[in-house]
Amino acid sequence: MTRLFTCIICPNGCHITAEVLDDQIHKLEGALCLRGEDYVRQELTDPRRTIATSVLVEGGELPLASVRLTGSIPKGEIFPVMEEIKALHFSAPVATGQMAIQNVRGLGSDVIFTKDVRRRTEQPKEE
Amino acid sequence: MKSYQAVIIGGGPAGLGAAIALKKQGIQDILVVEREHHLGGILRQCIHDGFGLTRFGESLSGPEYAQRFIEEAQRLQIECRTDCTVLHLTEDKIVTLCSRAGLEVVAARAVVLAMGCRERTRGALAIAGTRSAGVMTAGVAQHYMNLRNIMVGREVVVLGSGDIGLIMARRMTLEGAKVKGVFEIQPYPSGLPRNIMQCLNDYDIPLYLSHTVTEIRGRERLSAVTISQVDEAMRVLPGTERELSCDTLILSVGLIPENELSLDAGVVLDYRTKGALVDEYYQTSVPGIFAAGNVLHVHDLVDFVTLEAEALANAVTEYVKRNTMPDCKLTVVPGEGIGHVVPQRCSGRDAFTLSLRVTRPRRDCIVTVHQGGREILRQTVKNALPAEMLQYSIPAERLNAEGDLEVALL
Repeated sequence: MTRLFTCIICPNGCHITAEVLDDQIHKLEGALCLRGEDYVRQELTDPRRTIATSVLVEGGELPLASVRLTGSIPKGEIFPVMEEIKALHFSAPVATGQMAIQNVRGLGSDVIFTKDVRRRTEQPKEE
Repeated sequence: MKSYQAVIIGGGPAGLGAAIALKKQGIQDILVVEREHHLGGILRQCIHDGFGLTRFGESLSGPEYAQRFIEEAQRLQIECRTDCTVLHLTEDKIVTLCSRAGLEVVAARAVVLAMGCRERTRGALAIAGTRSAGVMTAGVAQHYMNLRNIMVGREVVVLGSGDIGLIMARRMTLEGAKVKGVFEIQPYPSGLPRNIMQCLNDYDIPLYLSHTVTEIRGRERLSAVTISQVDEAMRVLPGTERELSCDTLILSVGLIPENELSLDAGVVLDYRTKGALVDEYYQTSVPGIFAAGNVLHVHDLVDFVTLEAEALANAVTEYVKRNTMPDCKLTVVPGEGIGHVVPQRCSGRDAFTLSLRVTRPRRDCIVTVHQGGREILRQTVKNALPAEMLQYSIPAERLNAEGDLEVALL
């Protein structure tokens, strides 16, 4: 069966045409690099994504600090992982790279902060 | 009056990229002026990942990408004034600043325009209907959700398929909203294919091409929109209207370079890019005023904004040292199938990077550059999309000092 993929690994966004039988790739066209084939194989067997969201931070110059996953997780885990992240409460300050959840849901990926949020010293600063 | 070798207007990726490169090239007296409280520009609210793959070879979120440049600027002790707005810029490069400290006027040997762009709004579209709450641009929704912790709505319709709209469709879905669909007036998406894939398809959000919103309903809060199909000429097809209930309408209908200060200084704009007309050194029509990043032309990726700002810095360094730049008398003209080109002028002597956008999607096509009838570049493109900026290096040895350049898509 011929299947079409848009590779999401890099901004090239290659349009890949794959001949697929029983989740095995028999022929692959359109990928500019080898990561394209890895992506298609992953999509066929265990599609994975990363997510980025925010965590509540109390006493900070912003009410939120952004976070992301350090590695991809199975697509079906996206909303369960979102629930875990939504339950978090941190106190300012938080720093870029700081761990928010280690090995979230045992999936082998960490949730890390991607923004510095300092402690609020004066009146809340409008962005 | 205090004077600087270079004043950089805007502390986002373009401004910081330019400032850091200038400082590293030995330009000491630099001032970066940023009107917001933090450096980083729009990246601060772009919390999704995928930034930096070209520049750093890894996938970062927007704030992380910005932080690398903020830290580098701090390390290099570059003077950055935040909460500071430029009110006025003259062609003599006199810059009027306004901050809590009051008004200040400074002189600059060179000025770098790095103000970025802003979003087209409802006013630009002239959609009929009421002026209810719940209608906002994708960037405003992103600001509310990612910086202020304010959820913008529960039942959402997105008009326009620009990348920020696609990113926000996913973001709102992750936060529990129901995104009922993305409606694009053109017969093709205006965002990148990978964003259609990972922001819409992954979350089963439908994309309707050749559709638009023709009426906005609701008294205090938006209650519904009317969706209509359009023909090839983007004219609304009567009889195709249907009502879709929603409490939020997100607009992702294009970005416009923010050039009020440029016009103030007498900089000539290109009606195609809506940014300054520049030569291969990123110098505008006003000597000593340079432009790069989204204020010059809207980019698809921040990595290319940084690279452009760094290329600009090479030229600004030369200008600061010599107070003049080589003549650029040749024009670069967008021909068949090309929406716009940057730069619009060149010297014919030096190598330069040509950036362009195609007018509509094409498969298996060829980008050519001719100078006086002679072909100087021929590149095949498998998938040419208006959503993607194309860039080519034009080597010096292919160029002549005479004859305008024409870029075309065959």
